[in-house]
Amino acid sequence: MNRLEELLREAFPGSEVSVADRTGGGDHFQVTVASARFDGLSLVEQHRLVYDALAGPLADGTIHELRISTKGTA
Amino acid sequence: MKDQLQQIIEREDVVLFMKGTPQFAMCGNSQRALDALRRAGAPVTAVDILPDPAIRQELSALSGWPTIPQVFVRGELIGGADIVEELEQNGELEKTLREKLGDEYRGDERVVAVA
Repeated sequence: MNRLEELLREAFPGSEVSVADRTGGGDHFQVTVASARFDGLSLVEQHRLVYDALAGPLADGTIHELRISTKGTA
Repeated sequence: MKDQLQQIIEREDVVLFMKGTPQFAMCGNSQRALDALRRAGAPVTAVDILPDPAIRQELSALSGWPTIPQVFVRGELIGGADIVEELEQNGELEKTLREKLGDEYRGDERVVAVA
């Protein structure tokens, strides 16, 4: 969970990030990111940036299920 | 298979790639996307990705989207469960369907198999 937060803070400096373990099992996460990087982007583009930031844990099985909520700052 | 997926995405008005079928979804997120599409009255063409792992691999290579479900409207990726749910809640999904498919966009669900 902390690793996911670190990765998101690295990818979205100055953003508001929260990561919640939805089931308590350590592999179903809800991540919420509010970042200026999202300004002007479609939701698909915003979620792609989150997937890119979390590509490692998505690929190695750390994340079994990911729910994403994004918003810009504008 | 890649060509077949491409054809489905291009030819069908609304495609939902999901785990399981509309009658029996095998994953909560696939169910969430389906429910949102149903609330908007979308004419969903569902494709079950579970019968062959290659379907999901080819699909993600094609779309650049790593997770299932994936929803396309007229060939364009609209998003996964979170986005489709959000768009349905704020009315944007219905608006998009109307813009892309016309005011009479509502229609029946069907299932297409990929081999």
